[in-house]
Amino acid sequence: VKRLAWAAGGAAALLVLPWVIGGEYYVNLASQVLIAAIFAMSLNLLVGYGGMTSLGHAAYLGVAAYATAWLALRSGLGPLAAGAAALAITTVMAAFYGLLALRASGLAFLMITLALGQILWGLAYRWVSVTGGDNGLSGLARPAPFGIDLKGATAFYYFTLAVFCVAFSLIAMLVRSPFGASLQGARDQPRRMSALGYNVWLVRWLAFVLAGFWGAVSGVLYVYYNNFISPHALSLTQSAEVLLMVIAGGAATLIGPVVGAALVVLMKNVASAYVERWTLLLGVIFVLIVMFVPDGLVPGARRLYLRWRRPRGARR
Amino acid sequence: MGFWISQSLNSLALGGLLFILSAGFSLIFGLMRIPNLAHGAYFMLGAYVGLTLLRNGVNFWLAVAGAGVAIAVLGGLIERFILRRLAGRTLSQVLATLGIAFIIADACLWIWSGDPMPLSGPASLRGAVRVLGTNFPLYRLGVIVLAAAIAAALWLLVERTRIGAMVRAGVDDLDMARAVGIPVRTLFTAVFCLGAGLAGMGGVIAGPILSVYPGLDADMLPLALVVVILGGVGSLLGACVGSVVIGFIYTFGQALLPDLAYVILFLPMVIVLVARPRGLFGRAGA
Repeated sequence: VKRLAWAAGGAAALLVLPWVIGGEYYVNLASQVLIAAIFAMSLNLLVGYGGMTSLGHAAYLGVAAYATAWLALRSGLGPLAAGAAALAITTVMAAFYGLLALRASGLAFLMITLALGQILWGLAYRWVSVTGGDNGLSGLARPAPFGIDLKGATAFYYFTLAVFCVAFSLIAMLVRSPFGASLQGARDQPRRMSALGYNVWLVRWLAFVLAGFWGAVSGVLYVYYNNFISPHALSLTQSAEVLLMVIAGGAATLIGPVVGAALVVLMKNVASAYVERWTLLLGVIFVLIVMFVPDGLVPGARRLYLRWRRPRGARR
Repeated sequence: MGFWISQSLNSLALGGLLFILSAGFSLIFGLMRIPNLAHGAYFMLGAYVGLTLLRNGVNFWLAVAGAGVAIAVLGGLIERFILRRLAGRTLSQVLATLGIAFIIADACLWIWSGDPMPLSGPASLRGAVRVLGTNFPLYRLGVIVLAAAIAAALWLLVERTRIGAMVRAGVDDLDMARAVGIPVRTLFTAVFCLGAGLAGMGGVIAGPILSVYPGLDADMLPLALVVVILGGVGSLLGACVGSVVIGFIYTFGQALLPDLAYVILFLPMVIVLVARPRGLFGRAGA
């Protein structure tokens, strides 16, 4: 009940946000945070709950974004149909990538996801006839689902917020479901889990595909937010950024990736207003976080909070 | 016919460069169990340091050595003050190397600006020679010879010296190596310095062929990854075979299917993963 209250409070706060902060720039920033949060939550399924650290997660955002843009611009599909088709394409690709990447675990898994991600980046860069190369694909129009035009910043924010709420609730339910438990079991005690009769490989593969699907959802939002896609969306920097969001916020917590996404997006926007060396800053933050707050800000803050409460003897 | 000969020689030259880059990567991975994601950045930084030395009138080979030493020292510092503090937490170590890669890449962009810069080879290796009826740049032949010499030296070091025996012991079973009194920590620093230094030297040696540009690190790191996935972790022979294979695939891919060269590069990796996940010459998994 307490959790529900928290969630309702959070949703209400996000609902009134556009009136509180005003200004199109800030509403757009809030949309960016929500898109990044969905992206980070999808990676968290793999990294946090599955214990599989991927350095190629930009693949799903990027492929979904490219597929949406290409289908909407070149094949004459409507914007919504293009988005739906892109989700299907990307999920199938995730299923295939999962077959390859799950040949290994641990660091080999990380290297394979990195290499697979680089393939797509190279493809986006050099297969100019389809992807537009370095120039990318532009000129996309936002969709108008059920007659609601999403051109305005506020309308798009609410659309993103709705998708975010659905994604957050479904992922929360998934994590607490028996499947979520078996995924975390496969992370902590793979051998015990297979002794108990679970198909550890299948559990991991399903998590991989689901992570790909939610990554694709964020990709479709991403491309309609920007109305533009370029190879940068598939770069290693992008994969590293989203991994930083998950780890900085706190892997294997529901709210951690959201906090991490907000932190990274806000810092990126604020920092780029003052310095042009965002990549350098990103690197420094990365090193500092893994050295000093390795389990992330949310678990770190929770620890501090518990330490503060305990001496007063409130509970236990 | 001339096409095939000159492209084959080009492949060998690229394979040699890849070996210089990935031999250290493979040894570090084998011993410390971490893929050093800053390896591409070391390569690029080495190339930039070499470029600056050359512009100040330093002899080419001295510039190679100077860049190698500079990057080796940098690698040693990183190992000692960052990676060692994270000992036992491999994932954190990998992420730290990624952060370092970003820092180095952006610092290079800051210092040396975003323009690609040519790096001229040594005067003694300028011009071309006739090989089997085709003209071939002398410098690339030099690279092949140099890479072979480095490979031989590394092989002697790893297979025929006491230090090499310690490294091999560490690659095979770290805990046991520690238990019989091998100074594992010192070994880590030494191998990390060696790998970083090789990458730095490789950057300068590659300069006259690839030139130096921002993004060189991101181009080279996946190649090193693929070579090591292909050849197997911690195996010099694997790094050598993997480098030559990738050198051939990339060069002929560029010549025959320029649009897709970068992609077919990863095909052998996919095949090896499906058939033999440990790599062609890999031993018990890291």
